[in-house]
Amino acid sequence: MTQNGVISFFSSTPVEDIEAVNNQVSSILNTENGEIAAVLLMKAFNFEKALMQEHFNEKYVESDKFPKAIFKGQLSDFETLQLSEDSKQVRIVGELTIHGVTNSIEVNGTISQKGSSIELFTEFEVAVADYDIKIPGAVRDNIADTIKVTVKFNLDKV
Amino acid sequence: MSKTIVIIFVLSCWFLPIKSYAQDDLLDMLESSQKPRTDYTIATFKNTRLVSGHSIETNGKGVLQFMIQHRFGTLNSGWRDLWGLDNSTIRLGFEYGITDHLNIGLGRASFLKTYDGMIKWRFLRQKSGAKNFPFSTTAVSSIYLNTTEWADPERENYFSSRLSYHHALLIARKFGDKISMQLMPTVVHRNLVDGTEDQNTIYALGIGSSVKLTGSLRFNVEYYYLPSNQISSEPLTNSLSLGVDIETGGHVFQLHLTNSKGMTERFLVGNTTGKWTDGDIYFGFNVSRVFNVGKKKKKEKDE
Repeated sequence: MTQNGVISFFSSTPVEDIEAVNNQVSSILNTENGEIAAVLLMKAFNFEKALMQEHFNEKYVESDKFPKAIFKGQLSDFETLQLSEDSKQVRIVGELTIHGVTNSIEVNGTISQKGSSIELFTEFEVAVADYDIKIPGAVRDNIADTIKVTVKFNLDKV
Repeated sequence: MSKTIVIIFVLSCWFLPIKSYAQDDLLDMLESSQKPRTDYTIATFKNTRLVSGHSIETNGKGVLQFMIQHRFGTLNSGWRDLWGLDNSTIRLGFEYGITDHLNIGLGRASFLKTYDGMIKWRFLRQKSGAKNFPFSTTAVSSIYLNTTEWADPERENYFSSRLSYHHALLIARKFGDKISMQLMPTVVHRNLVDGTEDQNTIYALGIGSSVKLTGSLRFNVEYYYLPSNQISSEPLTNSLSLGVDIETGGHVFQLHLTNSKGMTERFLVGNTTGKWTDGDIYFGFNVSRVFNVGKKKKKEKDE
C-alpha cells in the first residue's frame, strides 16, 4: 500500500504544453491474487500555473462534483509472475473512473520488488472525450485530445 | 423497453458483485486508511473584481494581472451619443501576487485623473474536511490621488486634499459549486469633501453575488448601500451593478451595466448619483489578462 504514489499527466500541442503531478495517490495491491486499487483527489494535481490548476478543477474535471479518480483492477496472471529485483512486464486490466465516467482499460506496465517494497510503473494514453471532459472551442488548440498519463507506485508491505 | 432494462439490471446485479466484491473491499481498505484531508474552496469568483469592486479572490504568487476597464456614458444619452458610447472613461490597472494571498496593485482612472494604489490580503480561506471554515475573508485598502487641476488656483489648496482612501473587509462564501455570495463592509475617507455638512469618513455595506452559468460564464450582481445621513451636498443613490464574466483561457471579459460613473470603491460609495429607473445606466466592460512573471514554487505544501 502507498499514500504517496505519483501520477502525472502531460498534454502537448503546438500551442502549449500542460503538465501536472499528483504525489498523493493512494494505492493497494493484494499480493495473493494481484488485485489492485488506486484512488486520487483531483485537486491534488499540481500545475506550475495557478490559473491552469483552477481551470482544470473548476471548468474541465469539475472537482467539486467529482473529487476523486478511481482505478479498480487486476494484474494479469499474477500468480505466475515471479517478483524479483529485475523489472518484469505486467498487464494491468481494470476500470478507470474519472469525472464520473467509468471505462475499461488494459495497459502494460513493469513491476519489480526490492526488499519488501514493490515498484509498479506504467504509462498510457487517456482520451479526454472518453470521460466526458468538455474542452471549449476557445482553448481547443491548447489541450490535446489524448493525454499521456504516467504512474509510479512504491508499495510497501502492510 | 423499460421491462428489458429492468431484467438486464437485475441480472447484472447477480453477476457483477461476485467479481467486484473483492476489489471494492480493497478500495474500502484504501479509503479507511487515508488521513482526513482539507479541501480548500476554489473559484468563489472568476476574477479579483466582482463587477467594479473587489472580490475575495487574489492572484497567485508571481502572477501579474493587467486590467483595462471601460465605463461609457449613460444609456439615456440618446442616439447622437450612441447611447453613451461616445463618452468613455478608462482605468488601467496592474495587480501582482507577492504571495498567493497578498496582492498589491497600481492603477489610474481617467475619471478625475485619479491614481490608485492598493494592498489586498486574503487571511482566511473557506475550507471543508479535516479543517473547516465557512468563509473566505480578504481585507483591501486603497489610496487614491486625484491629479486634476485645482478648481480655484487662487485659494489655499493642500496636497492632502487630493487624497482619499478606502478600506473594505470582504467576506464571501461559495454555496455548492454554482452560487457565491459576498458581503463588503466598506469605509471611504475623503480628505476634501464637497459640502460642509458632508462627512469625511463614510460607511457603506456592499453585498454581491455570482452565479455560475457554465464553466466559462458567470452572472454577477454588486450593490453598495450607503446610509443616507452621511452626505447631503448632492442627492446620492446606492450603487447597483449587474455584470457577466466571460472567460477564455487567460482572459476574463466582464460586461456590465451600472448606475455608477466611477469604477473603484472610492467612487461607488459616496459618488453615485445615477438612477436605474431614469435610465442613468452606464455600460462598461473590463478585460483582464494574467501573466506568470515569477516562478511558482514547484512543490506545494499540503496544508
